[in-house]
Amino acid sequence: MWDYTEEVMDHYRNPRNVGKIDDADATGEAGSLACGDALKIYLKIDKNNIVTDAKFQTFGCGSAVASSSVLTEMIIGKSIDEVKKITNKDIADKLGGLPPEKMHCSVMGHEALEDALKKYLGEETSEAKKDKLICKCFSVTENQILNAIKENNLKTVEDVTNYTKAGGACGHCKGDIQAILNKFYNKKTKTEEVPKLTAAQKILKINTIIENRISPELRKDGGDIELVDIDGNKVYVKLRGACSGCKNSTLTLKSFVEMTLRELLKEEIEVIEVQN
Amino acid sequence: MTRKMVYLDNNATTKVDEKVLEAMLPYLKQNYANPSSIYSFGGISAQAIRKARVQVRDFVGAKSEKEIIFTSCGSESANTAIKGVLDVNKTKKHIITTKVEHPCVLSLYKTLEKQGYKVDYIGVNANGELDLDELENAVNADTALVSCMWANNETGIIFPIKKISHIIKSKNKETKLFVDGVQAAGKIPMNVEDAGIDLLAVSGHKFHAPKGVGALYVKSDTLISPLIIGGHQERGKRAGTENVPYIVAIGEAAQLAQDALDFEATTVKHLRDKLENSLIKNVFNARLNTSLNNRVPNTTNIGFEYVEGELILLHLSDMGICASSGSACTSGSLEPSHVLKAMGIPFTALHGSVRFSLSRFTTEKEIDYVISVVPRVIDKLIKISPFQEELATLRKHKS
Repeated sequence: MWDYTEEVMDHYRNPRNVGKIDDADATGEAGSLACGDALKIYLKIDKNNIVTDAKFQTFGCGSAVASSSVLTEMIIGKSIDEVKKITNKDIADKLGGLPPEKMHCSVMGHEALEDALKKYLGEETSEAKKDKLICKCFSVTENQILNAIKENNLKTVEDVTNYTKAGGACGHCKGDIQAILNKFYNKKTKTEEVPKLTAAQKILKINTIIENRISPELRKDGGDIELVDIDGNKVYVKLRGACSGCKNSTLTLKSFVEMTLRELLKEEIEVIEVQN
Repeated sequence: MTRKMVYLDNNATTKVDEKVLEAMLPYLKQNYANPSSIYSFGGISAQAIRKARVQVRDFVGAKSEKEIIFTSCGSESANTAIKGVLDVNKTKKHIITTKVEHPCVLSLYKTLEKQGYKVDYIGVNANGELDLDELENAVNADTALVSCMWANNETGIIFPIKKISHIIKSKNKETKLFVDGVQAAGKIPMNVEDAGIDLLAVSGHKFHAPKGVGALYVKSDTLISPLIIGGHQERGKRAGTENVPYIVAIGEAAQLAQDALDFEATTVKHLRDKLENSLIKNVFNARLNTSLNNRVPNTTNIGFEYVEGELILLHLSDMGICASSGSACTSGSLEPSHVLKAMGIPFTALHGSVRFSLSRFTTEKEIDYVISVVPRVIDKLIKISPFQEELATLRKHKS
């Protein structure tokens, strides 16, 4: 039994502002059905940049519904500038706190709100493109983790999992999360000196990394990858199985394949998908 | 406002039968002697344990009461069996188990893997049935142990233990079969001799004894080393002064459960089927997350698509109904049920799965109440879901 506050219980029992705004000025999304929670938020914003109405639809547990519900109450009547200042911690505080394992529900509410504001203000994508996918199970990126660390003063991998879900399933990214924490708190991790590779060594090494490190991960999700060609730092690949045609394949390619190769080769590799 | 509580989470734990409580009370009050003591006062305790051992012997169908060890819980029984068998077969490093075992057993195998054991996890099909060919292929000369549950805690699906034993023993006579009987005990007849089981774990609180007592059957020709080392108790297989009142309780509970097996197979099954059929028929986004056949009579697992399980449980709890879910959120683990995942249950229903488990104390009136409440709760929660289009399509298909 979770130790939910009266406020949380009140909100999941009688959620406020449930539904959809058909002519919304901004909509935001966070989470997915496969991950176990998903949220959509709809905003009406007037010409003075005031949020005049907000509605939500949430697939999730009691605290996810409560976080969404209280968030809509918090933003109606506020200006965009005020809304932008709201953090996930504000959402949790408004509910009188959430159990540690449930903090990610408040983060999800905040992410959906951020998504809506970014789309509304046209600030989309440039930051998102640079972002790196850390947790493949729950699609959590480096920036999301960094934001959670900053806003909530997180210190351990377990904290990060409680707030973002990253590392909560297969656990493969726990080392990466620790590295992000170390970087944030300025702890230097050992960097290995990597000798320069010859062209032949490099091809061999890239092939081994793809076979041993990348391909097994993709196969877990029913996909696969095939090395087609290497030209300098450009690596040409084909995606197979469930990966080909997957909406997230660009993310997979850039965030996972490219970053893994960069990390292990210590070179500015660029991965390019070859279509069939 | 006080509402009557309807308890449909009997696979989690059960209420203590009044008769069990009555039987154990004297051993919490006046009969407190240590059963190892020589004086006749100690003899009262020793006599009570002897009686309980016979009751459990008959409950599991063992040849001799010497094959029964009392423990503190199901997890201790499983740990004693698994570690005990491996410890006396140090040269063999291969174990076979299933993908749908209880987390207590799976965690132990993950630990053993780190210690150098090779563990094969046999999969199940969409009906939850074990892949027996995969099992047969996996058994080899190095296989020390095959570990398999009798009935699954989440779906109630029964594994064909007798057939499994036959498959294993015909490939390697020396391979031991450990059966986690925790969810079968008190729900279906068990006979370790007939089924060809070497070790069987049961837990008292799953069949109306209190929490804090379990039992382990170890076939006379199966050697194990003890998990808890100390005194001579339990024929050297489990040290520690016997928990007399609780041992009396599990003995009494075993006998009562044995006597109630027909009732389980008829009345309890009838109520379970009534609940299941009504919900599947009347709730458009409900689907059965388990097979129709080969199940214990008290369990059903229903997936409510596009609605999250914890939210359903919280709203059911507000209506006085206790059930459980395989959703990620309820466990705090972030991951949904490994059992339903292994069966390939679609994720639309995975997170919205609800398990109802009845007992011999469940009444028809209670089931009728649940049948009237659940559709209203789901109807209310559907309105919050962001997947309105998917739900509309589902509704069209059902009608």
